[in-house]
Amino acid sequence: MSNLLGRYAKVAGEDVIDHLRQLSLPLKGMKMIHVNSTRVGGGVAEILAKLVPLMVELDIDCSWEAITGDNDFYQCTKSFHNALQGNTVAIPESLIEHYEKVNAENLEKLRPALREADMVIIHDPQPAPLLRLCPERRGKWIWRCHIDISQPFRPVWKYLRQFLESYDASIFSLAAFAQEMPHPLYLVPPSIDPLSEKNMELDSSEIGSTYSRFGLDPDRLIALQVSRFDRFKDPIGVVQAYRLAKSFTPSLQLVLAGGSATDDPEGEAVLNDVRKAAADDPDIHVLLLPPDAHRTINGLQRIADIVLQKSTREGFGLTVSEAMWKCKPVIGGNTGGIRLQVVNHHTGFLVNSPEGAALRLRYLINRREERLEMGRKAREFVRENFLITRHVREYLTIALAILQREEERIRPR
Amino acid sequence: MTTRLESTGDFFVKDCALTSIATGRRAQNLRELRDDLLTVHPGSIYYHFWGGLLRPSFVEPEYNNDFAAWAFHGLHDQILAERLAVIVPTDFANMEDLRQELIDVIDERLDETEHVPWSKADQQFHFIRSQIVVMDTHHTIREPRELADAVPKMSISSIFYHFIDARRRTEKGIDDFRAWLAGFEEDYDGLALSLAEIDPYFSSLSELRDQLASIFRAHFSRRRRRR
Repeated sequence: MSNLLGRYAKVAGEDVIDHLRQLSLPLKGMKMIHVNSTRVGGGVAEILAKLVPLMVELDIDCSWEAITGDNDFYQCTKSFHNALQGNTVAIPESLIEHYEKVNAENLEKLRPALREADMVIIHDPQPAPLLRLCPERRGKWIWRCHIDISQPFRPVWKYLRQFLESYDASIFSLAAFAQEMPHPLYLVPPSIDPLSEKNMELDSSEIGSTYSRFGLDPDRLIALQVSRFDRFKDPIGVVQAYRLAKSFTPSLQLVLAGGSATDDPEGEAVLNDVRKAAADDPDIHVLLLPPDAHRTINGLQRIADIVLQKSTREGFGLTVSEAMWKCKPVIGGNTGGIRLQVVNHHTGFLVNSPEGAALRLRYLINRREERLEMGRKAREFVRENFLITRHVREYLTIALAILQREEERIRPR
Repeated sequence: MTTRLESTGDFFVKDCALTSIATGRRAQNLRELRDDLLTVHPGSIYYHFWGGLLRPSFVEPEYNNDFAAWAFHGLHDQILAERLAVIVPTDFANMEDLRQELIDVIDERLDETEHVPWSKADQQFHFIRSQIVVMDTHHTIREPRELADAVPKMSISSIFYHFIDARRRTEKGIDDFRAWLAGFEEDYDGLALSLAEIDPYFSSLSELRDQLASIFRAHFSRRRRRR
């Protein structure tokens, strides 16, 4: 067994890796290309950074391309993102034209590879027009949607849908996110990588240094939310919940740690709002971390006592599984993929308001044993359901299903 | 050495992986659920009864099929949830009979209620179906007594394939173990009866594997002692 697969076998189990080998055998040598819009920042880039090498280890000729764009392009795609999550957004025609132009420019760079690929997986709306721009393609093309588009702003969805209908299949994280299209709509929740810098085991000195590095007191409880500074992650709601809980537990500390992705121009405005909301409280630590601060986030998640992910809209919320993997109970917004990860009252709590989050914070603050027990359950739940090995298995299964064009029962040849 | 009928070959251990596919159909209220049930792909009915075995789950579900769970959590109709929960899919010869039973139970409930129960906007019932990819493990069982050692080593998805999925594809609608044992001249009726008594609807796949292993172990150790 290769070194990489052997390392995953130690965490996920030998039988899981055997399963991947069986599934990948009929796909050996297949040329698969993933395309997204950023190599750093955000859950998609993190998943691809690990998923692609694993596919290569399984003898699939798998590669990853990121399209490039300027500020106007990302402004447009961020507007798409907000609109697909339900916000009413007016996007100027000039930005739309620019979006298509940037895609056409990228296609020229990628055309030889995309034309020859057996399978192309396009992630999210940013590179969606590439399929239409590449009529000479010979492989199967799949659109992978990582965001919650259950109630999209219809004019924007109508515009994007014209690019998506010609794909051979789509993949959504949850059934609730899927929109009807004239091709199969596969369901694949995302995953975390247990061997990545963000999730690997750290030694106690490194964990301990996290306290001093950020001026945190190791003798007082820490609540943490790790997420981009994005309104849908509701960082202001987290500050409100913390203030409500702090009136009962004055020693409580709050850390709001977020990176910024290169394709998110709105982050700065939200960060400023959070800083204003936190201004008068020295126990609120707002940390703007660089996109590659994975080890730092790992340390923060390990020193936290309670983790929040109080999103009001969420594609999936991988930070929930990351925290659960580190044996932390999670107070999560009752939305999207968080519902799949947080088993209410078992691995954490689902909440619908800052008040609800405050109530659960108070509950967990006062019940140490329950915190620890929930954390233990949370880790096992992630081991069984949300590790990257499960994600690879589902991609391989879908590849087999699409390449063989069979309806219900597929026997790899 | 056992004697097998001419048509009985070795037991080829298979494994499988399931993909979930959204059908795009969703129900907001009980009447929509009923109308969708009339025409939804039979694989979707199968998925909502059995798919839970291969989905993330943590605790014993209150209801063993998705329809009953939605009646309770989505529609808050406890009576309907209980009536749907007692439907056991193994009691029905095929998916069409099971579909009709679901529709009958829902129709009865619609007849006796004044208002059609609705769910909240974000608590719709989403019809999902699945595809199954079947793989060879290249592991072969030649003699029934080998089952005692082989079953505990099977993956839970192999158990799903041979013990659950088999009921859809074997001629008599039984699991692969019983179907294979029937091809031997030795009397395996007692063993087959023990296997038939396992209720696959109320256990996780790893629990099923343990139950199967325990039955095979007990059976073949008894036979050794008798010799």
